[in-house]
Amino acid sequence: MSKNTIQITVNGTSYEREVEARLTLVDFLRDELDLTGTHVGCEHGVCGACSVIMDGRPVRSCLIYAVMADGHDFVTVEGLGGKDGSLSPIQDAFWENHAMQCGYCTPGMLIACHHLLEENPDPTEEEIREAIGGNLCRCTGYQQIVEAVKIAAQRARGSNL
Amino acid sequence: MKAASFDYIRAKSIDEVCLALNQGDGEAQIIAGGQTLIPLMAMRMARPQTLVDINDIEELRGIEIAEKVARVKAGTRQADVLGSIEIRENLPILSEALGHVGHTQTRNRGTIGGSLVAADPSAEICLIAQLLDAKMTAKSTNGTRSIPASQFFDSAMVTSLKVGECLTEVEFPIWEDEHIGFGFHETSIRDSDYALAAAAAQIAIDSSGRCERVHLAVGGATPCPLRLNEVETALTGKVVDDGEIDTAISVIPALLEPQSDVHASAEYRRRVSTILAARAIRDARDRAQGEFA
Repeated sequence: MSKNTIQITVNGTSYEREVEARLTLVDFLRDELDLTGTHVGCEHGVCGACSVIMDGRPVRSCLIYAVMADGHDFVTVEGLGGKDGSLSPIQDAFWENHAMQCGYCTPGMLIACHHLLEENPDPTEEEIREAIGGNLCRCTGYQQIVEAVKIAAQRARGSNL
Repeated sequence: MKAASFDYIRAKSIDEVCLALNQGDGEAQIIAGGQTLIPLMAMRMARPQTLVDINDIEELRGIEIAEKVARVKAGTRQADVLGSIEIRENLPILSEALGHVGHTQTRNRGTIGGSLVAADPSAEICLIAQLLDAKMTAKSTNGTRSIPASQFFDSAMVTSLKVGECLTEVEFPIWEDEHIGFGFHETSIRDSDYALAAAAAQIAIDSSGRCERVHLAVGGATPCPLRLNEVETALTGKVVDDGEIDTAISVIPALLEPQSDVHASAEYRRRVSTILAARAIRDARDRAQGEFA
């Protein structure tokens, strides 16, 4: 069994831990760092529930071993809102528009949508659907999620006028 | 934890990778983006004793446009190639195909070389490599060799890379004819899902609309992406109108031996591949004539 020491930054905090090589990043976040906001879904890269932001880009944390994450910087769903527990604009829009039912896909959806709006403040419906194409939701039919992203985008643009 | 236990090496150079593979005696495997290998390991369809991580190796990353070729280092992320303006200008068909590869999250990790080595039958990058007759460069402790795409894909998920070899780069030819165009079409169950069938074409025509050369390949319907030389030969030298295309593609169903699975029957894949091939050729022709809508 191969043990390795890794140092990674998650939501601005640096952590050092010893991990077994086969530990996935999502299990590391949840079980070692107690950051249980990121959900474990399919564990083989199909559902997108475990999406996190790695060095500024969304990735699937079940498809990275924690040992490969050594030296990298991550943002998880816990890092989207304010330190005081306030919601981020995209989280607010999800909340108001019922962009979830069971909530299992929500952390992954939020990461995908948050990143979309950072890259593209005025996405078309097609671009929104493309951005969440790697995230499965079995409850909503996606409609409220798409609406929530549109509303968050509108508000962000409004506040910049 | 779902994967079987393994040892982990974070390599700093290609030479170190080759050495580790050599010492691994066939039980060591390279990991780059891990977007194919980690699911296989989660399902224990792959159980490497040692993983050699190549993500830190600078010499395995980057895109170089040289005379008549685009050299893409094997470890370059799919998202970086998709976002490359140089690739879009010189190899627009690769950009187009990459838009169909996985999703944003997987393209951010997945690499060009990783997709080629995994050799999934429905992989778009493999299809484009076969279409353009790309050249793969592989390095081992025995030296370096170049493998044309036509000799690289052996069967589904199997390439001609030998134990101990590391794919280091792929060279895509850039066509420099005056009027060239490409076409790419695929059918999948959901957008960005595995292609049930895909077709890609690239054509060069002269100013009178006559086809100087054309490449056509299909993927998803066969164990490896397949060049359709019969159709290419039939179209070369002709004015490529819709009637000429329909005649040329009529031989395709007999050239394919697709598999049936829960998603599509062999007959469906055969029929759809043929229709997608016709669309790809028509789009390529329209682009070459500057008439693509």
